[in-house]
Amino acid sequence: MTSSGTTMAEALNTALRHALRDDPAVHVMGEDVGTLGGVFRITDGLAAEFGDARCADTPLAESGILGTAVGMAMYGLRPVVEMQFDAFAYPAFEQLVSHVAKMRNRTRGRLPLPLTIRVPYGGGIGGVEHHSDSSEGYYLHTPGLHVVTPATVGDAYGLLRRAIASDDPVVFLEPKRRYWTKEDWSPDGPAAPVPPIGRAVLRRPGTDAVLITYGPSLPVCLEAADAAREEGLDVGVLDLRSLVPFDDETVCAAVRATGRAVVVHEASGFGGAGAEIAARVGERCFHHLEAPVRRVTGLDVPYPAPLLERHHLPGVDRVLDAVRDLQWPSATRARHGGEPYAVGA
Amino acid sequence: MTLQQTTERAAAEPRTPGRDPAPLLPDRRPARVLGTPAADAVDPALLRELHRHLVVGRRFNEQATALTRQGRLAVYPSSRGQEACQVAAALALRPRDWLFPTYRDTLAVVARGVDPVETLTLLRGDWHTGYDPVEHRVAPLCTPLATHLPHAVGLAHAARLSGDDLVALALTGDGGTSEGDFHEALTFAGVTRAPVVFLVQNNGYAISVPLAKQTAAPTLAHKGVGYGVPGVQVDGNDVVAVHGVLSTAVEKARSGGGPTLVEALTYRLDAHTNADDAARYRSDDEVERWRAEDPVTRMETHLRAAGLLDEETGRQALAAAETMAADLRRRVAEEPAVDPMELFAHVYATPTAQLGEQRARLAAELRAEAGSR
Repeated sequence: MTSSGTTMAEALNTALRHALRDDPAVHVMGEDVGTLGGVFRITDGLAAEFGDARCADTPLAESGILGTAVGMAMYGLRPVVEMQFDAFAYPAFEQLVSHVAKMRNRTRGRLPLPLTIRVPYGGGIGGVEHHSDSSEGYYLHTPGLHVVTPATVGDAYGLLRRAIASDDPVVFLEPKRRYWTKEDWSPDGPAAPVPPIGRAVLRRPGTDAVLITYGPSLPVCLEAADAAREEGLDVGVLDLRSLVPFDDETVCAAVRATGRAVVVHEASGFGGAGAEIAARVGERCFHHLEAPVRRVTGLDVPYPAPLLERHHLPGVDRVLDAVRDLQWPSATRARHGGEPYAVGA
Repeated sequence: MTLQQTTERAAAEPRTPGRDPAPLLPDRRPARVLGTPAADAVDPALLRELHRHLVVGRRFNEQATALTRQGRLAVYPSSRGQEACQVAAALALRPRDWLFPTYRDTLAVVARGVDPVETLTLLRGDWHTGYDPVEHRVAPLCTPLATHLPHAVGLAHAARLSGDDLVALALTGDGGTSEGDFHEALTFAGVTRAPVVFLVQNNGYAISVPLAKQTAAPTLAHKGVGYGVPGVQVDGNDVVAVHGVLSTAVEKARSGGGPTLVEALTYRLDAHTNADDAARYRSDDEVERWRAEDPVTRMETHLRAAGLLDEETGRQALAAAETMAADLRRRVAEEPAVDPMELFAHVYATPTAQLGEQRARLAAELRAEAGSR
């Protein structure tokens, strides 16, 4: 990482610019996306470059925004909708669940909806109430939607381009606390090709255990893996990138290779993505597991006020605790000077 | 008034659009043609066409309701009594225009030329949308109230952005105008000036709830003024008036004149569906009063008085209705062909690996089932 790198916000902006440039069907729309360039500046400069029909400020009405986008997609356009914040997307929930997710199916494939719904999500920015939700659970439980979330600058660009090009509706969850993180990446640079939606990527190999995560929790997991290394544990980190479609193959390969797994996400744990992942791993990799799959998630509380959010969010220490809890054999414990790890919660 | 208040008011003024609300307001009385001198000026060919559609439409409603009693349709939300709105909506559109119907608008869909059996698959239970929406330019029958109205706005807006002169006509009911999506659709339509027309079929009830408990608005057509959308009220049992009002609104939208909100005053002679008991919320007297306003009878009375309905014309209309009904009975009586494997075919452009696994499991279950027979 260098100070002259590219931020995730810039990469997303570039992805939108290139999509608008390459396909006249692409239309960006949402609240404040025009003149202002979006409250996070993700659409900065697009209205000036492509006109206010291609990058359109809309009335402040999320159901109307998404419902109108559905009609535009029915006509053959490729709308890219911005929901200003995670919790502000809820008025559009009925459109999403009853129409966006179902239109292709209920019309036997005659009305596919090539729609991208960008949602800045997650906490850690000190946001006041209703600005920090992790809403992926609502979306991934709805058949017909793809649910994608980048964790790196390169993926922000590559996955957004793929989402916009997709003929299926994609809920594109942007980890807003990563918007201003810089990485050495350039759209023109010799970046590694971005794998398609639906493929998980091992961000860090490890032989002892694997942390399964996505979006805003990737840096937490990488840091935890570094810390575990100091304790003599070689922990890998798997970035899911897409919750739907879910990459069972890569997840199971990573779990089978290590026998131990921890799922990490910001959203509350009960009934969340981690529960699904742990269940799938249990069903598919039971005989390879040395310990139950652990989950490190947000608490089962409404998103806390900013001064309390650090107690809610899964941090490095909680991830490390879970790793230590993975029923290591005494030989491994011996590597750590015979300090026994607690077994069970 | 203090100086400060004066200054604030002056500063606020440029924010208002400054439009005169008067042209957006509906006339004091709903538009009517039948029984007025204007009826004599209408093209007889159009009158005969509207009449034939009304007769066929009435038969369609009666036949579909009968099919629920035979268990052939799970449910049928009848539009008996509202045929004038249904027929006029379909006939006001050109082939390239789009119709956005609700579950009660099957007759409008059929009048637009969609096969009746394909139209009824939602209610028969073989697939949600049985017709090809793109081929017919008819959106799927929409069940969640008013949620299809923004779709009509978006499609019309997209067409306009693409230099295409098509118009979208969206249907809803009086209850639908209380939904948030009605508000949002009209907000977007007003701002974008999309070529869209909204037809509210005000039949007086949202299932059992009368209009007085639904809204305090002077009329539903008045709702348009808040969005900068002109409102028009029409006698919804006067097929010629509804057709005229809708045609005017559609062509105005086509020529760049923006959206219109049309409220048609009508009445649902049947219950909400065959599963509803309308006697619990409305009197026989009330139904009888509206029976006297039957849209089919009113049209026939006019045609006879104008010498446009001879015996042969009437017989031909009835014969067309019977042919349609017999065909519907025969084809709906056939066991619908459903393919369990199709459950997985249209969820995504490419089925996910998980759907592939579930498909294989279901196929194995079906093989086992077939083997045990």
